Amino acid sequence: MPILSLLVLILAWQGLAIYLNSMTFPEPGLVAKVFWRACVTGDLPYHLGMTLLRLMVSFSIAMLLGCAIGIALGCNKKLDAFFDNWLVVFLNVPALVTIILCYVWFGLVESAAILAVVVNKLPNVIVTIREGTRALDQDLMDMARSYRLSKRKVLLEIIWPQLHPFVMGATRSGLALIWKIILVVELLGRSNGMGYQLHLFFQMFDVASILAYTLAFVGVIQLIEILLLKPLDQRALRWRK
Amino acid sequence: MSLVNITVSSKRFLAVGQSIEHLAIADFKLIIPSNEFVCLVGPSGCGKTTLLNIIAGLDQDFVGEIGVGLSGASFKIGYVFQNPRLLPWRTVRQNIELVQERFQNAYLIDQLLDVMQLTQFQHAYPERLSLGMSRRVALIRAFAVNPDLLLMDEPFVSLDAPTARQVRDLLLVLWQKRPHTVLFVTHDLREAIALADRLVFLSAAPMRVVAEITVPIDRAVRNNEQAIEEFRQQLLDDYPDIKRLL
Repeated sequence: MPILSLLVLILAWQGLAIYLNSMTFPEPGLVAKVFWRACVTGDLPYHLGMTLLRLMVSFSIAMLLGCAIGIALGCNKKLDAFFDNWLVVFLNVPALVTIILCYVWFGLVESAAILAVVVNKLPNVIVTIREGTRALDQDLMDMARSYRLSKRKVLLEIIWPQLHPFVMGATRSGLALIWKIILVVELLGRSNGMGYQLHLFFQMFDVASILAYTLAFVGVIQLIEILLLKPLDQRALRWRK
Repeated sequence: MSLVNITVSSKRFLAVGQSIEHLAIADFKLIIPSNEFVCLVGPSGCGKTTLLNIIAGLDQDFVGEIGVGLSGASFKIGYVFQNPRLLPWRTVRQNIELVQERFQNAYLIDQLLDVMQLTQFQHAYPERLSLGMSRRVALIRAFAVNPDLLLMDEPFVSLDAPTARQVRDLLLVLWQKRPHTVLFVTHDLREAIALADRLVFLSAAPMRVVAEITVPIDRAVRNNEQAIEEFRQQLLDDYPDIKRLL
């Protein structure tokens, strides 16, 4: 079924390409050829790799910081009331603004690029994890306290399994968000990565290359979902009926 | 010997949306000698669960003092809650092992699982168990810490009569194997008579001790329903206060 639906999509693309017969709307065959050439020359793997590296670093920082702050805010009402407004502010600052400001303040360097992505993603993680922490089962926490369980056990055995779905949610929405932001970051101030390449192709009106890179992109995200996230979900949920 | 000495001179709640405080417990005093099985009997909502939470150290917002054990000696509390409160993401056995903090005693767990007839379910997840089985697991968990004081908050409520009776019998078997102090909360007088050395009757909120009565029935004939029923009738006739409470 999924193969059939993909096939129909490719056919529709082919049909539209033939009908339009335009340089700016290449047919699937050409895109595949461009994709293959970019792979062989090593351009696509290099730039995709750079983008993936930035993604991994900024994602890890945002998730770790976001979980820590989210749990702290979810547990502590006073802290939460104080920082709630900050969160609202940061949630609503446009991604482009943080990127520009980071580059202006810290220069066109790698750390500024990473920081811009983290600042964009962080409020999102915090809000999700805070909701998860608020929803923690008080009955189980009381059980843990009455049996004098160690802090480590409470965190690993009681809090973490309950936060897991929220962390997975933050991971999925986070990957989607960071992908998009990272391209803009690269487009504005880096000399490699997907965003930089796309900018180049845009200036040359090379739509086939743009589409080839996009497909590689979508493929990688699908692989992450299938090879990493799904198995994690299943492992964590095996206790369910 | 470890003696439990409970004094709660007042426990107040700030009711949601109201400015008046609700007095839940007032001038409550209870001394339990070690290894005694005490049943707290009172109308529902009178503050029994609140009292157990105070004794377990979950609720520290009260006026009074809880003295447990000899000073300096470590004092372990097992708590069986009204709902089983098992971790759904851990198997039955892992749930029990969880509370064994400093010592892992696999032999004790094996033994408890055997007595409670749960050996073949030890690697199942709690969601696959019936309520009666979950309650038995919660009971094992409490026994697995070798408690000096066992707190039980209506642990058999919402079980059907035969299951409740079965788990009750198993509880007594375990308790007689390893005697320790038990504080058992219930509103079922028959259940209390079947289990307790001593009954403590409680008033509606603010909770106070109305009467303390030792159960004279020998442990060997506690499963005789007629003896229990007779004693219950006699109690209700002798103490009109209790009759009014329940």
